[in-house]
Amino acid sequence: MAASPNGHDYRVIGTRPVRHDGIEKVTGQAKYGADYNFPGMLYGKILRSPYAHAIIKSIKVDKAAALPGVKAVITANDLPALPDKMEQAGEMALNMSHLSANIMARDKVLYDGHAVAAVAATSPHIAEEALRLIEVDYEVLPPVMSVEEAMKPDAPILLPGLRNKEEGPDKPTNVATHLQFKRGDVNEGFKQADYVVEREFKTAMVHQGYIEPHNAVGIYNPDGHATIYCSTQGSFVVRSLSAAVLGMPEGNIKVVPAEIGGGFGGKTTIYLEPLSVLLSKKTGHPVKLTMSRAEVLRATGPTSGSTIRCKMGCSKDGKLLAAQIWMAYEAGAFPGSPVGAGAMTIVAPYNIPNLLIDAYDVVVNRPKTAAYRAPGASNAAMASETIIDELAEKCGIDPCDFRIMNGAREGTPQTAGPPYRRIGYIETVEAIKNSPHYKSKLEGPNRGRGVASGFWFNVGLQSSAIVNIHTDGTASVVIGSVDIGGTRAAQAMIAAEVLGLDVNDVRPLVTDTDSIGHTDVTGGSRTAFATGWAVYEAAQDVVRQLKERAAKLWEKKPEEVSFANGLFTAQGDGIKPMTIKELAGRLARTGGPISGRATVNARGVGPAFATTVIDVEVDPDTGKVQILRATVAQDVGKAIHPSYVEGQMQGGTAQGIGWALNEEYFYDERGILRNTGLLDYRMPTCLDLPMIETCIVEVPTPGHPLGIRGVGEVSIVPPPAAVANAIAHAVGVRMTELPMSPPRVLKALLSKRTRAEAQAAAAGS
Amino acid sequence: MAKKVVVEANINGEPIEFLCEPRQSLLEVLRDVLELTGSKEGCLTGDCGACTVIVNGRPLCSCLMLGVEAQGKTIQTVEGLAAPDRLHVLQQKFLEHASLQCGICTPGFLMSAKALLDRNPKPTEAEIRYALAGNLCRCTGYDKIVRAVADAAQTLASGQQPAGHLGSGPSATEQTERFLQEQEVK
Amino acid sequence: MATVIIPAQLRKLTGGKDRVKAKGRNVRQLIEDLDRQFPGFSEQLLQDGDVKPSIAVSIDGEMGTGGVLEPVGEDSEVFFLPALGGGRENPGG
Ligand code: FES
Ligand code: FES
Repeated sequence: MAASPNGHDYRVIGTRPVRHDGIEKVTGQAKYGADYNFPGMLYGKILRSPYAHAIIKSIKVDKAAALPGVKAVITANDLPALPDKMEQAGEMALNMSHLSANIMARDKVLYDGHAVAAVAATSPHIAEEALRLIEVDYEVLPPVMSVEEAMKPDAPILLPGLRNKEEGPDKPTNVATHLQFKRGDVNEGFKQADYVVEREFKTAMVHQGYIEPHNAVGIYNPDGHATIYCSTQGSFVVRSLSAAVLGMPEGNIKVVPAEIGGGFGGKTTIYLEPLSVLLSKKTGHPVKLTMSRAEVLRATGPTSGSTIRCKMGCSKDGKLLAAQIWMAYEAGAFPGSPVGAGAMTIVAPYNIPNLLIDAYDVVVNRPKTAAYRAPGASNAAMASETIIDELAEKCGIDPCDFRIMNGAREGTPQTAGPPYRRIGYIETVEAIKNSPHYKSKLEGPNRGRGVASGFWFNVGLQSSAIVNIHTDGTASVVIGSVDIGGTRAAQAMIAAEVLGLDVNDVRPLVTDTDSIGHTDVTGGSRTAFATGWAVYEAAQDVVRQLKERAAKLWEKKPEEVSFANGLFTAQGDGIKPMTIKELAGRLARTGGPISGRATVNARGVGPAFATTVIDVEVDPDTGKVQILRATVAQDVGKAIHPSYVEGQMQGGTAQGIGWALNEEYFYDERGILRNTGLLDYRMPTCLDLPMIETCIVEVPTPGHPLGIRGVGEVSIVPPPAAVANAIAHAVGVRMTELPMSPPRVLKALLSKRTRAEAQAAAAGS
Repeated sequence: MAKKVVVEANINGEPIEFLCEPRQSLLEVLRDVLELTGSKEGCLTGDCGACTVIVNGRPLCSCLMLGVEAQGKTIQTVEGLAAPDRLHVLQQKFLEHASLQCGICTPGFLMSAKALLDRNPKPTEAEIRYALAGNLCRCTGYDKIVRAVADAAQTLASGQQPAGHLGSGPSATEQTERFLQEQEVK
Repeated sequence: MATVIIPAQLRKLTGGKDRVKAKGRNVRQLIEDLDRQFPGFSEQLLQDGDVKPSIAVSIDGEMGTGGVLEPVGEDSEVFFLPALGGGRENPGG
């Protein structure tokens, strides 16, 4: 039995069963979105803007429509115009006109790859040919590619209607929001500080890089209903947003979530889904749309590039006294960068008495950003965590000890003010400090070791679950959370734990939007936490009902029946304890079938912390950085299936290393994306990485029945800073730009050499 | 549009004839013509390996090969990896080691790994990483994939029968076999 | 009475004060009382009768899920903070 940190012994939780959907996925039988085909299905393709910023003067589609095999051509005129204000769509609030204009440009194109028209034809090749026949007349405008350019007073304006509170209702602007967080008095804090470090950081726009491109099959019924099959992190989000964009009642759309080939936040919004429905409506056939890799990179949501100025000060003995931060994030073409999250995470692991953070959300002629694993936190931590490392170095304190000294604990105020409840930050630093990796010696020239920490909020939100008991005593668990990497297994394990069943006697099912209550996205590290909570309660509901049935059989009161270790018992002569399997056979005669159900709007979410140590070797001739060893410690609350928890920690670390070393959106001066393939958008391969060691830290979330904390995101936060710190210790240069690709590292090394030579020459003369 | 061509090939042990347009890639033929959707599309430029199949013993990106080039070739896809009632040892090890999260890269990795083990039954970690470097996985950080392939190699080398079964627990055939053996012992 | 911690951007309404007292058994009543004391609060915090989507409410260290209906205790500590991603974004990856 696995002992739990909150004093329970678990039978199933904490073990490593084979996932229930595994066989389908290793035999090629699992159906991902692009694998759905229907009789009479047509193929859709999308025409995309070749300019970063232009006015659409006209679109002529007649030649394309006349091509044999072409069944429909649509433009933004086929979609309803929506109001330019924040609106509620299901459980989400967003600006519907922006959402719609991102899916299909209306008057202006705002980035290279922005959709302008779509075609449905009998084959994908014919659809592609038809795109070439669509004539679009553009008036090209100057592109605005960086936050610096966009914030200039005379910058070209992307969205004529955009205003912010500070500049007032009459001033068009590219700055959508300015947020400020303030505590104490930073000037006073810096006055008291013995050491102050201030640097400016720039981080590149990067993509989630899921291997499966976006896809959708839309089937419109003449009665006004539609079904969408697609790979998404949130079928209910697809439903409500597609309904809004199409002007259809939400209940008229059913979304069937296919298996999903990675998302990392990027599949929490819509691109193709409403277009597939509209094309289906126009043609009377099912229509499948899939993106190419170039379309994914050009036109789906990456995460923001950023500019961050960060100044921090501490006393000689290492007490952090003040931090002042200015940060501006690229939102892409429409407002909504994760800069607020960036601001609230950047110093979240620390107790700093004086704090001033100014954060700006800025629109630029790049694709509208979408969520990416702990959105906004990794680039923020690149700034703060490298400065922490420098301060520790100046004080002569071990970087782990420096973090433990200043680390956030229960009661420490968070950036936005509320105090932390029980958290496990310090425990993650201690786990790294005590790890075999950190205790080992790193020897050899040009090698260095770096430590960094990261924070992510995690979210709760809404989930629904149903647990059915079958007549043979097995159970099924029905959820609306798509399985992006072990969700089914984890949910089945929770139900099996509560019901006292073998995990293989519980079948987990992910179902469509008509078959289960509202369930928010698989994202925000919420699924094990919130959907797990709903499954736990639904299974408890089953137990309660089964107790009533046992009571009936034994002519007892339900409260006289107890349930433990898979057995129902009661005091009394001739009462033989019964298992669920035994009881299941008696359901018909005791009142009929049993299904347990529960819904949650989960409160008390526990934030997650991770601390990572990375060893690197820098090639002084090329600037190439090789990762030698990496270990990540993360507070997971309670690991349901440790293998998949480790997998999240390892996967996030690998993505963070890619962000650190190679990945970047590379735009030319006209604002055209130049690296639209996976050869040039360089994600880590298995040759680039070592094994990734993991330390699972379990500090249970108070209030959650199983103590779960979300595990999906925070491991991506520390790596960029950890790698930068390792480079600093290897070769003595402090990197302030991401990615730390060979040319950038080499440039830093050369300028360090030039400086050293100049100094030597000056000393010699 | 050029006329469709009849192509004959051996796919997963079956001689097959199919009609394809000269411009269709092998991946397109497998997925759209033959309904073998186990091979996945991640890029169509040979960069991700999700479409990897084994052609005449060599792993290839099926997105980079034309359907018509399959004429006379022997092709293995992920659908042909398991025996009817038994997983291939690589499939079993991928499951045991939790080597897949989303699973979209898995068919490609399995085929690359199979091609590796077919020609090098005892690969080192470096050799495994080298052989799999053409397959991208964005979910796992590769750790558990590399471990699964190493474990599969070891299992094969030790001559042990892989424990792999379709479904959990012993397969129906194996249960029957066991039953018969027990009868004999008695 | 509950203690309300005022976010930096709203301190102009309270004459720079970062903590004020307000009464109410739920968030709606609390905001009404704040607005009585410091006119302008309702406009900053409410939209269509509920808490703006871009704003989150934390009560005694716990994020509220009930909007204006969220109960407030006699001695509660209430924070108004930006919702993740300003409410325009999904909550995470
Ligand atoms: S789809 Fe063939 S290599 Fe990516
Ligand atoms: S498991 Fe998702 S890409 Fe490999």
